[in-house]
Parts: sequence; structure tokens; C-alpha cells
Amino acid sequence: MRVYGTEITSRLLLGTAQYPSPAVLAEAVKSSGTEIITVSLRRETADGSGTAFWQELQKTGCRILPNTAGCHSAQEAVTTARMARELFDTPWIKLEVIGHSDTLQPDVFGLVEAARVLSGEGFQVFPYTTDDLVVGEKLLEAGCEVLMPWGAPIGSGQGLRNPDALRAMRAHFPGVQMIVDAGIGRPSDAAQAMELGMDAVLLNTAVAKAGDPAGMARAMALAVEAGRAGFAADPMERRDMAVPSTPVLGMAEFS
Amino acid sequence: MKIIVNAKPHEVSASDLQSALQELGFASSAVATALNGTFVARSQRAEVQLAAGDCLEVLAPMQGG
Repeated sequence: MRVYGTEITSRLLLGTAQYPSPAVLAEAVKSSGTEIITVSLRRETADGSGTAFWQELQKTGCRILPNTAGCHSAQEAVTTARMARELFDTPWIKLEVIGHSDTLQPDVFGLVEAARVLSGEGFQVFPYTTDDLVVGEKLLEAGCEVLMPWGAPIGSGQGLRNPDALRAMRAHFPGVQMIVDAGIGRPSDAAQAMELGMDAVLLNTAVAKAGDPAGMARAMALAVEAGRAGFAADPMERRDMAVPSTPVLGMAEFS
Repeated sequence: MKIIVNAKPHEVSASDLQSALQELGFASSAVATALNGTFVARSQRAEVQLAAGDCLEVLAPMQGG
């Protein structure tokens, strides 16, 4: 798939938070086969822990997708994005403007506003959004070439709460790269997203909080690949009633 | 003068942002800066003058999803 002109092979994007240790994170990144990892920006401490983390990240060889996680206004998100662009030397930004502290639901009004400002400044925006079609249209008008609808609230692991809405989005924006971001809990959730025709999946907690993060990273990679192959192979239509798969013609009569 | 760095008060003698970062121990760090809510690019740090009470944010890479 191509995102903002960059060809990527793996359709799994991985977050870097909540792992038991940096070594486990590195192992999970490796076994996931991901080419894109998400990172954040926080206040640097006196011991330079952020700088040390950055050196570890660079060893993965992955592309960095910085986020604006935790920003609650368009202005905060725009300032954070500008800082991220300088720090990570990338025009990519995973734009989050949080509207509700319990659900971490995107503030889609602030999101569109920030997306417009950042696109105008040459950023390549990956907006974390809801599955609302109108918001999707506004984000595209604002300059986004990628949409990242949620599957379920961040970190909830609930899977796809509204697959019908995602299916409608897929149908409504046929040429737009769509990445399901947030809510994936299990490999079957990731496969389902891909079977719906989503272009990729971004997840973090499902891998980081698994008993075996590297094992789960591998499972997610396989699920994403299987789901994508299934979508490409054009699944059969569902039927309400049974239809025999073994031919009835030529059946013996025993009575 | 007293400025606020990452929400904590600090006494600095430097008058520009670049020198203040050195004084605060961020000279060799991978950091991005914002002064009073506005991003200050690395290339502008030497030109930006500080005033007492300024709020400086010094951010670094951190784990994120």
C-alpha cells in the first residue's frame, strides 16, 4: 500500500507504549514485521530518558509516526505536531484531538481544524477519527489522504463495535487509505477489519498487554495478512438458509 | 531570572533560549521546545529572548500508541 507516496509492505502499524521493557518492545516490533511505529512526545526529564528511548527507536529501522496523544484542543495538537516534526524529522503526524476523557473519543471539530492548519503547513496527516462519513469528508477536504477511524475506544480491546459503519466508510471512500486505529483486542478483530477492506490496522495495547507480546505481535501480523487476502479473494455472500455443498444429484435411494 | 520549565520553577542566568537550554542540562538532548505555548524551532532558539515568568516546555520522544 502507498501512504502519502510511501510504499509500505506490512499492513500492521504498532504502538510503542505499555510494554514490560524496551527489550520486549523491540522483540514485538521485530516479530510483527511492522514498518511503522507510533511514538509520542512528553516532558524530558533530567536523566534524559526520552533521548535514550529515541536512540532505541532508531535501531528498529521503522518509520516513525509521531502522535499528538493527550491533546485536548486543536491548538495544542498543532503545537505538538510542529515539535514532533522537528524532533523526528518527518512530515507524518498521527493527529489526535481528544474530546472526552472517559471514552477518549476524538473531538472531530478540533480534529478537522487542526488537520487543515497542519496540511497547509506541509504535514501529512493521519487523523484519528470516528466512523462518521461527514467528518471523513471534511478531513479529506482539509487535505488528509488517509483516514484512521476507531474500531472501539482506545485501549478497550473491544474489537469493531460498529462494523457496519466501517463498511459504509469503505464504500464511501473507495480510493482513500483507511487504517483502523484503536479498539483491536484480538487477532480476529484485526482480521475482521481487513476483511472489511480496510487498508491497515494500527494497534498497541493488544500486543503490549498480551502475556507474550512478541507472540501476539506475530499473531496480529498473520491475522492482518489473512484478512487482507480474504478481502482480495472476494468472499461469498451470506445466505439465510442451508445450501448443500455436496451435490444432491446421483444420490442413492435405499427405501 | 525565574522561568517555568516543564511546570517547575527554575532560576536561569541565560537571556536567550539556546543558552538557557544548555544551562538547564538539555544541550545534548533530543528535545523540541515551545515557549509560552508557541513552538520555537531549533534554528530560532538563539534569537529568542527570555523574560521572567516565561513558560518553557521541553519535550522528548516517549512511548506512544
